[in-house]
Amino acid sequence: MSWIDIGSVDEVPLRGARLVKTHVGCLAVFRTAEAEIFVASNSCPHKGGPLSEGIVHGQSVTCPLHNWVFDLNTGQAQGADEGRITTYPVRVEEGRILLDADAVTRRSAA
Amino acid sequence: MKKRLVVIGAGMASGRVLEHLTETAPESFDITLLNAEPRGNYNRIMLSPVLSGEKTYEEIVTHDDDWYATRGITCRFGERVARIDREMKVVEGENSHVPYDKLLIATGSEPFIIPLPGHDLDGVIAYRDLEDTQQMMGMGPDNKVVVIGGGLLGLEAAAGMAAHGVDVTVVHIMGHLMERQLDEAAGYLLKKSLEDKGIKIQLQANSKEILGQDGKVRALLLDDGTELPCDLLVMAVGIRPSTALAQEAGLATGRGIHVDDQMLTSDPDVYAVGECVEHDGAVFGLVAPLYDQAKVAAQAMLGGEAAFVQKTLSTKLKVTGCDLFSAGDFADGPGREDIVFRDPARGVYKRLVIEEDRLIGAVMYGDTADGSWFFGLIKDGTNIDEMRETLIFGPAYQGGDTADPLSAVAALPPEAEICGCNGVCKGDIVEAINAGANDLGAVRTSTKASASCGTCTGLVEQLLQVTLGDEFEMPAAQPICGCSDLTHEDVRRLIKGQELKSQAAVWQELGWKTPNGCHVCRPAINYYLLADWPLEYQDDPQSRFVNERKHANIQKDGTFSVVPRMWGGITNPAELRAIADAADKYDVPTVKVTGGQRIDLLGVKGEDLPAIWSDLNKAGLVSGHAYSKGLRTVKTCVGTDHCRFGTQDSTGLGVKLEKILWGSWTPHKLKLAVSGCPRNCAEATCKDIGVVCVDSGYQISIGGAAGMDVKETELLCQVPTENEAIEVVMAVTQAYREGGKYLDRLYKWLGKVGMDWVKAHVVDDLDNRAALVARFELSQSIYRKDPWAEHVRDKAQTYAPIADFTLEAAE
Ligand SMILES: Cc1cc2nc3c(=O)[nH]c(=O)nc-3n(C[C@H](O)[C@H](O)[C@H](O)COP(=O)(O)OP(=O)(O)OC[C@H]3O[C@@H](n4cnc5c(N)ncnc54)[C@H](O)[C@@H]3O)c2cc1C
Ligand code: SF4
Ligand code: SF4
Ligand code: FES
Repeated sequence: MSWIDIGSVDEVPLRGARLVKTHVGCLAVFRTAEAEIFVASNSCPHKGGPLSEGIVHGQSVTCPLHNWVFDLNTGQAQGADEGRITTYPVRVEEGRILLDADAVTRRSAA
Repeated sequence: MKKRLVVIGAGMASGRVLEHLTETAPESFDITLLNAEPRGNYNRIMLSPVLSGEKTYEEIVTHDDDWYATRGITCRFGERVARIDREMKVVEGENSHVPYDKLLIATGSEPFIIPLPGHDLDGVIAYRDLEDTQQMMGMGPDNKVVVIGGGLLGLEAAAGMAAHGVDVTVVHIMGHLMERQLDEAAGYLLKKSLEDKGIKIQLQANSKEILGQDGKVRALLLDDGTELPCDLLVMAVGIRPSTALAQEAGLATGRGIHVDDQMLTSDPDVYAVGECVEHDGAVFGLVAPLYDQAKVAAQAMLGGEAAFVQKTLSTKLKVTGCDLFSAGDFADGPGREDIVFRDPARGVYKRLVIEEDRLIGAVMYGDTADGSWFFGLIKDGTNIDEMRETLIFGPAYQGGDTADPLSAVAALPPEAEICGCNGVCKGDIVEAINAGANDLGAVRTSTKASASCGTCTGLVEQLLQVTLGDEFEMPAAQPICGCSDLTHEDVRRLIKGQELKSQAAVWQELGWKTPNGCHVCRPAINYYLLADWPLEYQDDPQSRFVNERKHANIQKDGTFSVVPRMWGGITNPAELRAIADAADKYDVPTVKVTGGQRIDLLGVKGEDLPAIWSDLNKAGLVSGHAYSKGLRTVKTCVGTDHCRFGTQDSTGLGVKLEKILWGSWTPHKLKLAVSGCPRNCAEATCKDIGVVCVDSGYQISIGGAAGMDVKETELLCQVPTENEAIEVVMAVTQAYREGGKYLDRLYKWLGKVGMDWVKAHVVDDLDNRAALVARFELSQSIYRKDPWAEHVRDKAQTYAPIADFTLEAAE
């Protein structure tokens, strides 16, 4: 697996998110705690809501359009809603966010 | 032969001793009772109600002649004891000598008289006995009285006389009243309510001299030269244990007569009880410990085993309408933690002092219903760690598994106040329920309980359940969200009461079940914090919905709409040109005129936002907050500027209001309108706040809506001037900001507090109105500014992707 440095942890607001643009769609980079980062597809499976604009809480994000809640560990929608967002491997090293290179080049098999 | 017991002093302490002795062992002593006052024992502490006229002397007599006679007690009332001869075991009264086997000294204490020049003038008295009380009762509306001393006694004397219309001035040397029992805040509230009763109060006032005329008091002269004329001067500056007799008889004395744990003096045949004693370094001034002493002394005299233990004391002031309570130790100190609750609107102040998880002190003013419960916690040294968060709200709020709230409510005494706004106590409500009021609405109609601010609704429902049992179905309290069991109302109250000033503090102190909330509670908590602590708390963008975080409305395709402010709906060619240019430059697909008299640019890409704002800013346009739970628009008609019907400058007022209110956050969106005459072209009567101009002024009505619910406003008031109209609008906005539940439109809040409440607090109570305006202004000093300009300056980069691989690939 090769890792791409996409920026520093500080550039993502705590309990917030930033966007990564790729040729295969947008990814959302979530910062759930001081040094805890998740990366997932930015697009809500419900009606395409931009997840990077949602409220980040615990290890979840709430879609800004109709409040579906996704667990960022699994990508699974919580509660009664059914759906899943793709999540991508990411690492934090010395304050830098390292993203799995595959995520930006081709659609994940999942 | 029976042993001879002689008792010196027929006061509250010896009275109790006699009761215990004659009850447990009526045959053991031959008792003689001598008293300097020409009467037997009466309830000295009730002299104050006698003074105010709420009781008669006859009602406060505890032991009458009959009582003594049935028990064979020889009484020598009006006979002062001059000497005790311990060698001969004889007490020497003014008229007779009485031999004793056992002696009980219960001489109480003497009021302290400051030896000011003139202290021996006629008309200078203390407040200790019936004679003093009768002198004060001789004063009427034509008299002036000065009371020196702002402690318990002085204030009861002052209030008692004021009740008869006497012109009373209290002179107190310290910076606040009752400084031994109250802290500064409670002292301040007490002063306010006494002043409301017409009592004048001078703090930090040093008495210099008592001036007289013909041997009679004329005035009190203060250090600063002030002369306070008076017909009677009451000194209530403290008491001193009466130890003279004991001292002369050679008994060990210090500040008081030394006694051991059995109330025995240094002579094995002489006991002492009451205010005249000193036990373990302490002297006494309240009856509770004296009663304990009396019990111990009686047992000791009968050869039993008992020991006197000093306990924490509590104080209440017996002045009708001044509800205060103080207990324990409430000084600040290292390792001590305070919980403070203030409700300025109701004049309520509560402070609890905690040390090592135990309550050690409590001061309360205005609402003392829970006083005895707190006092119990102090005395028992209960560990309060588990209920720390809700402690200040008293037993009724101790939910969860530590205590059953229902049993707490059941345990409240009938006189416990449930509804503070309307002064309804538990007894009234239970009576109403028993008379057939079997749901909340019925209780509200018949007692008014919970009909005002509504915070006591939960308590009333619990009372319904306690009283009706299964017949009443408890509506489940709606918790704020899954993160907590607390309701919005609870959380708001706790944020204020515990001075929680950060989200972390709320999560921690209120026991949030999630690490940092969820999308439901976070925006609410963020709002409550910034509304309650405008200076201390920093708005958290991550706890806002995207619209408020990005200061633009998200559309269904993820693009945004941009609405610049047009003050009162007024614009000009330059602004219109800037808007047109921006629409061209950023490929805005839709340009629309909104219902709030401004222009909406729809379909702007998120990453373009800072740029388009920056362009608009350059033309003087700022955010219209079309996305916020806050002030949206002030719609206006053209009023006197152009319309032939206009009565006032409605456009001008609308612009002024918008410039004052813009940027403020409210529980939900807030829309205003100003119409120039009752034809109401600006549709003011379906806004949250509407102003309709009339010839004689401005009609302000509130609580309208034209959304999913359509509501017409209700009239709040009519005011004559534009300035007053602005003030009322600011005040009602602030009241809504402070009390409203997050996401309740103004009309919902109005439905909960009621129009009467709003009128009382915003229209009638001018001080409160001014205070609301001041708090609004304080908050606006932070929030009255353009978020677009700020984001352009500080946050523009966050609107762009953190990384863009589409560019890289294009290389
Ligand atoms: C107006 C007022 C309001 C009060 N309010 C409260 C209150 O709200 N709560 C509270 O806890 N406490 C209150 N107190 C205090 C309380 O009344 C006293 O603590 C209590 O009365 C003291 O009881 P005692 O038996 O020690 O003395 P006392 O009740 O004063 O009795 C002593 C008696 O001994 C007599 N005596 C003294 N010397 C001699 C002598 N040489 N020979 C013969 N007789 C003698 C005196 O005449 C007196 O009758 C109040 C006091 C006053 C004056
Ligand atoms: S509300 Fe009255 S003053 Fe205003 S435009 Fe209409 S008619 Fe004219
Ligand atoms: S009325 Fe409904 S559809 Fe129209 S803008 Fe408002 S929310 Fe959208
Ligand atoms: S688009 Fe995400 S919840 Fe509807």
